[in-house]
Amino acid sequence: MLIKLVEHIDLNEAYAYLQSPEAGAVNLFVGTVRNHSKGKNVVRLDFEAYDAMAIRQMEHIAHDAFKQWPLVKLAMIHAVGAKEPGVPVVIIGVSSAHRDASFEACRFLIDELKKTVPIWKKEFYDDNSVWVNAHP
Amino acid sequence: MKVLLFGITREITGQSRINIPENAGINTVKALKSWLGQQYPALQSLSSLAIAVDSEYAQDEDALTPEQEIALIPPVSGG
Repeated sequence: MLIKLVEHIDLNEAYAYLQSPEAGAVNLFVGTVRNHSKGKNVVRLDFEAYDAMAIRQMEHIAHDAFKQWPLVKLAMIHAVGAKEPGVPVVIIGVSSAHRDASFEACRFLIDELKKTVPIWKKEFYDDNSVWVNAHP
Repeated sequence: MKVLLFGITREITGQSRINIPENAGINTVKALKSWLGQQYPALQSLSSLAIAVDSEYAQDEDALTPEQEIALIPPVSGG
């Protein structure tokens, strides 16, 4: 497993890690910064993580995925710090012998990451900023 | 007892770490949440507030001890 927090996401590193002669499929999900949210211009996102717990929780999710699907390799990499629109901020990648497992596992991994991994983003607009999801 | 703070809870309290006095008598997750809510009422308006102990989510009835790493986890928004 390749699980880590980084300043800058490197797509090639993830792909290189996931490649394997046993795998007939490599599935990569790349989450990027969108320049709009609820009708407002987003100029920047700041990501903050509780590093030790974020890694631990990503490991739990990864183990769950290995139990559910026959995966060859798995990568979860999340960026921290200030990020501008268009920039990649998270990579979820898996390789498997056949494509169904890698598609399904990839979806599971990003959905679970968003629910439980202690990473927070603050959205900066033209005129103010908010911590995403903080308030009902 | 020390509590680590992140994101909006760090901004609400103005600190990245709170030292809770021993005489506050806090020994469960539930008691800690209640104490923090009284000290910092703005925490009560958050969508959710979890406590982590040694990098795992804790339940309200779980016991707390000073040697654990305790953190306040506001609603997450990674990805």
